[in-house]
Amino acid sequence: MRIRAAGVAGALTLALLAAGCGGKSDDKGTAATDPSAKAATGELVIWADDKRAAALKPFADKFGTENGVTVKIQAISKDQQTTFVTASQQGSGPDVMVGAHDWIGNLVQNGAIDPVQLSDQQKSGIAGNALKAVTFNGQTYGVPYATENLALIRNTDLAPDSPATIEDLVATGQKLISQKKASEILCLQVGQTGDAYHLYPLYSSAGGYLFGTTANGDYDPKDLGVGTPASVNAFKKIAALGEKGNKTLKRSITSDNSISTFTGKKCAFLVSGPWAITDVKKAGIKYDITPVPPFAGGKPAQPFLGVQTFYVAAKGKNKALAQEFVTNYVTTPDLAVALYQAEPRPPALTAAFDQVKGTDPDLAKWQEAGKNAIPLPAIPEMAAIWDPFGKAEAAVVGGADPAKTIEAAGKTISGSINK
Amino acid sequence: MTTQLGGPATRALPAPEKKVAPEPRDRSLASQIIKITLLGLVVAIAIWASFPLIENKAWIGLALLAATTAALLYLYLTPRHIPAKYLAPGTLLLIVFQVFPVLYTASTAFTNYGDGHRGTKQEAVVAIQTASVTQVPGSIEYALSVATTGDPATGPLVFLITDPATRAVSAGDAGGLRKLDPADVTVTSAGKVTAADGYTVLTFGQASLRSKEITALAVPVDGGAIRSSGLSRAYEGKAGRVYDAGCDCVRDTTTGKTWTADGKVGAFVGEGGDRLAQGWKVSVGFSNFTRVVTDPDISGPFLRTLVWNFVFAIGSTGGTFVLGMLVAVSLHSKRVRGRNLYRVLLVLPYAMPAFAMLLVWRDMFNKDFGLINTFFGTDVDWLGQPATARIAVLLVQLWLGYPYMFLVTTGALQAIPAELSEASRIDGAGAWQSFRRIVLPLLMVALTPLLISSFAFNFNNFNAIYLTTEGGPFAPDNPANGATDLLITYTYRLAFGGSGAQYGYAAAISIFIFLIVGTISAIAFRRTRQQEEVYA
Repeated sequence: MRIRAAGVAGALTLALLAAGCGGKSDDKGTAATDPSAKAATGELVIWADDKRAAALKPFADKFGTENGVTVKIQAISKDQQTTFVTASQQGSGPDVMVGAHDWIGNLVQNGAIDPVQLSDQQKSGIAGNALKAVTFNGQTYGVPYATENLALIRNTDLAPDSPATIEDLVATGQKLISQKKASEILCLQVGQTGDAYHLYPLYSSAGGYLFGTTANGDYDPKDLGVGTPASVNAFKKIAALGEKGNKTLKRSITSDNSISTFTGKKCAFLVSGPWAITDVKKAGIKYDITPVPPFAGGKPAQPFLGVQTFYVAAKGKNKALAQEFVTNYVTTPDLAVALYQAEPRPPALTAAFDQVKGTDPDLAKWQEAGKNAIPLPAIPEMAAIWDPFGKAEAAVVGGADPAKTIEAAGKTISGSINK
Repeated sequence: MTTQLGGPATRALPAPEKKVAPEPRDRSLASQIIKITLLGLVVAIAIWASFPLIENKAWIGLALLAATTAALLYLYLTPRHIPAKYLAPGTLLLIVFQVFPVLYTASTAFTNYGDGHRGTKQEAVVAIQTASVTQVPGSIEYALSVATTGDPATGPLVFLITDPATRAVSAGDAGGLRKLDPADVTVTSAGKVTAADGYTVLTFGQASLRSKEITALAVPVDGGAIRSSGLSRAYEGKAGRVYDAGCDCVRDTTTGKTWTADGKVGAFVGEGGDRLAQGWKVSVGFSNFTRVVTDPDISGPFLRTLVWNFVFAIGSTGGTFVLGMLVAVSLHSKRVRGRNLYRVLLVLPYAMPAFAMLLVWRDMFNKDFGLINTFFGTDVDWLGQPATARIAVLLVQLWLGYPYMFLVTTGALQAIPAELSEASRIDGAGAWQSFRRIVLPLLMVALTPLLISSFAFNFNNFNAIYLTTEGGPFAPDNPANGATDLLITYTYRLAFGGSGAQYGYAAAISIFIFLIVGTISAIAFRRTRQQEEVYA
């Protein structure tokens, strides 16, 4: 009996194994390690977030059939950057990764991406500031396909005229509140832990900066602008807009409720990006998009420029094909237009931008709002900024002493940069 | 009075396992089939797992796998070793899911593993060199066709490159570049070579299978090398930084500056102390542990955080227990009508995903838009002030946790014979006295282990804090440590918030937290045992 049991177990094992192997070669398609299947084609694996994965699918298929290769798109729904770095290190990562340009510093220090070599002609087809954003240590690290930046979205029923300065905006907002037409002056997300990204236009207009730049235009981590007298002055202006000032900025306006408060017509002004427009349109609000206004007599309000980028993975299995796809296929306008249709952000390719700007009047406005934008710093040291800077913002908005707060934040940031 | 009470009925012990007769012949066909299937699965999983191990040449892992599988097969195919048959599955799972992660965490704590230090030195060198290859200024951008002189799948690779201006075609391999006779080649208008005498031009499909070779091929020319950029373009590139094994350093080819490998920190360090970004993983001894102990950012607010951590864990556990027990006791009385309905309603919060509920509560505590201030007409900045934020997180915990305590108390109450309370009533005890002296001690015997585990869980309840207050509010002069920070949220920020992920450091911190929680639990369990000895 026992021997028979062992025999049956053995047979079953073989059966399961056969099934397992069958499934395996199906999964890996023709690129499996099995030499007999190797004759067919190479395989290109692309990782993107859910929305873009769906938009990429037809183009990936087209690229595949045109070139006789297999292209697989995999949607990574969460923590794309960490997932990519970890998977790359284990050798199970993709050949092409789609993501934000400010990952570059971290991806480079982890050896996860390779530079791409673009021809001068290709470079000239990409918006200048987008190309600058993906340049790191003098190398181009990816091909940008869309840009995004903050702007002032205005409910034109409540506020017909665009404010020229923050002071104008506050005056209009206060008037609307006194007329009971709105309950907030401005919807700019702060939250209990602050939001450096959304504050930056005001901070820069008030004279603050995060990192200085080196001679060749790269960000210089040794020149930290947080905690300097200029940043203290900037935060004094921000404090005047805070809860103990004219209440333009409030911690109770968070990333969760800023857009819904605007669409609920409780505020006439919203500082947000292209991602907010879908909700605004859905709510049927008449809106206009203008640059974030500066403080009266201040510097221009510079939003951050974010650039969505295709990367060639350094540890991909099919780098030559990945380079071919990224440098010669992503740089064609068709793909950029399809990605724009999946999520309306201005295409970084000038040809694609020109193609869609006629159908979407917002695009030119976003571009106008991003005229002064500076690329979101991609250096790894930027990771040290977000959290302390945001908290300093929240504290100052809540009424804390600007000088003491921002100097402490500067100390924390330089502490963790030098560690 | 209490000493004579208790007994097996009041103890929440699992029913003793039925002894299975050792004779295999007595077993039913069904059990045989189940056994065969399970053992077959074990072997199948082992074989499935062996392929990647062989591929990665992980011989130790393979030996372990083979030994474990053989031991399992032997164990379940022999009639002997009955106790081991029961213990083996649990022990295996314990090793895989508990012991191994703990050992792995402990070993990580002795390294600098983290962003910038993930791979080996070899990988770092490759990354540095690849990242430094730039196009030689003013050089030609060629159109490329990948070709071979032999079989498309195995023959030696050749780059057929076309100068876009002159349309001259050259063939290049590792030996160098030579011009081809224009009569021998067919060139498209875009400059791509489609056919050449003596060469087989590879299609994209064929070329894509030889990606590694194509990427690795560099055709040496004066001042650099011609490399592929994809499958249809080539450029003349030059490595700006090369590794020199002689000095174990990386040298910049234009400036001559060197960065020497430092095995202690796992990075190439220049003379001025500047490091190249791409580092590698090295063992750093106890430095992660000493950093935890000596870092003023940790030692400064440590005591305050620890005290609040205890208040939070005890408050969460105690509060939910007291509320849950009160509700359970009041619903235990048979005089309450619609008991089951109440019970279902009370369990509802427990049935909702805590993750979503925490976010909902966070919004309800919003000062201007939150339900709580709107409902009560108050204007409290709940999450903006230390005291109210602490009360708020405890209230959320109370709401999330009491249904669990209600459930377990109801279960334990039903296991206490009603006669005991009745007997005490006859002896003249009041309701309170009867509860206090009879019911509560018996409850505690069953519930104390659950309270301890609940305490240990809440001590590290990351979500409860991170999804509501994120550790805030923060003092203006200290963005690193907030009023509701637990040790776990605080150290998470230290390890992952500042300069990218520092897994080695995080592992060292988690070992410290493990020691704290472990000590408390050990003391608590010891006390429970004494308690059981008194009441049981």
